[in-house]
Amino acid sequence: MSAQNLDGEGDAETDGGGEMPKPHTVRLELVDEPGQLLAALQPIAENGGNLLSIFHERGNLTPRGHIPVEVDLECPPDRFEGIVDALRDAGVNVIRAGAEHFGEEVTLILVGDLVDSDLSDTLYRIEESADATVTDVSLSAPSGTKETSSARLRLAARSGQTTAALAAVRDIAAEKELHVVEPLTEESA
Amino acid sequence: MSFRLAVLGAGAVGGSVLDLADTYGHEVVAFADSASAAIDPDGLDSQSVRARKEREGVVGDGDPTAVFDTDYDVLVEATPTTLGDAEPGFSHVERALLDDRHVVLANKGPVAERYGDLRALEAESEGRVQFEATVGGAIPVLSTISDLGAGHVTAARGVLNGTANFILSRMAAEGLDYEHVLAEAQDLGVAEADPTFDVDGIDAALKFVILANVLSDEATEYRLDDAGVEGIRNVPGTALDLAAEDGRTVRLIGEATADGVRVAPRLVPKGSTLAVTGTQNIVQLETQHAGQLNISGRGAGGPETATAVLSDVSRLE
Repeated sequence: MSAQNLDGEGDAETDGGGEMPKPHTVRLELVDEPGQLLAALQPIAENGGNLLSIFHERGNLTPRGHIPVEVDLECPPDRFEGIVDALRDAGVNVIRAGAEHFGEEVTLILVGDLVDSDLSDTLYRIEESADATVTDVSLSAPSGTKETSSARLRLAARSGQTTAALAAVRDIAAEKELHVVEPLTEESA
Repeated sequence: MSFRLAVLGAGAVGGSVLDLADTYGHEVVAFADSASAAIDPDGLDSQSVRARKEREGVVGDGDPTAVFDTDYDVLVEATPTTLGDAEPGFSHVERALLDDRHVVLANKGPVAERYGDLRALEAESEGRVQFEATVGGAIPVLSTISDLGAGHVTAARGVLNGTANFILSRMAAEGLDYEHVLAEAQDLGVAEADPTFDVDGIDAALKFVILANVLSDEATEYRLDDAGVEGIRNVPGTALDLAAEDGRTVRLIGEATADGVRVAPRLVPKGSTLAVTGTQNIVQLETQHAGQLNISGRGAGGPETATAVLSDVSRLE
């Protein structure tokens, strides 16, 4: 027997190991001065965060006269606290931060008469009853509204709520006679 | 040890068992299709039996039931899988076990639909029942579970229908629609003229029901009716396109877990372990203490399935 720790919990880090990055959202308020946005993004990159998107709401001022900015980033869960701390240390006003906003993402495909079964109502009901946010929709309907079409949805659910969200989608789809191609979540990629 | 085999079912699997038995040190003393039987206590010559079947449509002069009166050690049940009461396969197995002979099944019916009855008969018999060939053709799935101990395997999932997998992976690769690829698969002999069993997920579901029966270790008995089954007919090319755009693909995935049996088209990451292509099959076992084990290979075909049958025969020694 070697003295190596072979217990799965204590795996030594190898390439591809470690905690998988997860998406997070932070909402910041910036003073309307040049260079403010760049100054706010630097602590994120420096602390191991990977920027996914920046929604810079120019023209929409907060009651205090600041510009709200929503930043989606990706980082290992254990790094997130460090990023928020670094932002605050750099004098950036962090209004809301947390993984709970974005939690877990799950991709699925709906198949059927999507247009006639009112896709926007389907999406609305998924958000309502599945307690999830539809973050992305791609529709493929090459034959117009006449034939079967497909839509790929990306849902963001609170941590641990993915199974419940998928069950809700299944119910709504069954009611509208749509098929759901669900993700296989347990599989090792 | 050399066994004398009685083979029921003269299709691709039965025929290959007849061809390959001697390479495993066994001999076939009786061989029957639904209408005729060839019997020779000194061992049948595979070529002459096969030639007669081709020439005259019968394998020999005997009546199929005469098989049970020969002096055989192991019954190889390779007649077509039937649902519900799993007949006539189940009666063949019953007869052999009552006569205290061993049984090796390639027919999924008795194991998927009447597992409890089968085990009860086995318990009363000197003979044993083996059925590696019913799950994943040549892939040693059941023997791996048996080696690990069923209680140490918490789940089995994977792709166990080559026809459905061929259709999905070809649709994804070529951007072709279902009907087109199905016709192509039928031309290639990958899909049968009536592809219902394969494309509607029934064949895969039977295999995962068998896995669930083995994993539950007789605590719960599963039948096809207990499985959630969805086939691939409702997966259009557009769904595969949308999956591909996102680095994913769709496969007909079966699962046998503590929650039961489910077979459905599922999104999996492109190039991931379970996203096998063509007629390839794969089973992923979730173990209690050793993580995941993946076993893949050819899940169908005469010589492939006969390989599993003959390995089972050798396990009876």
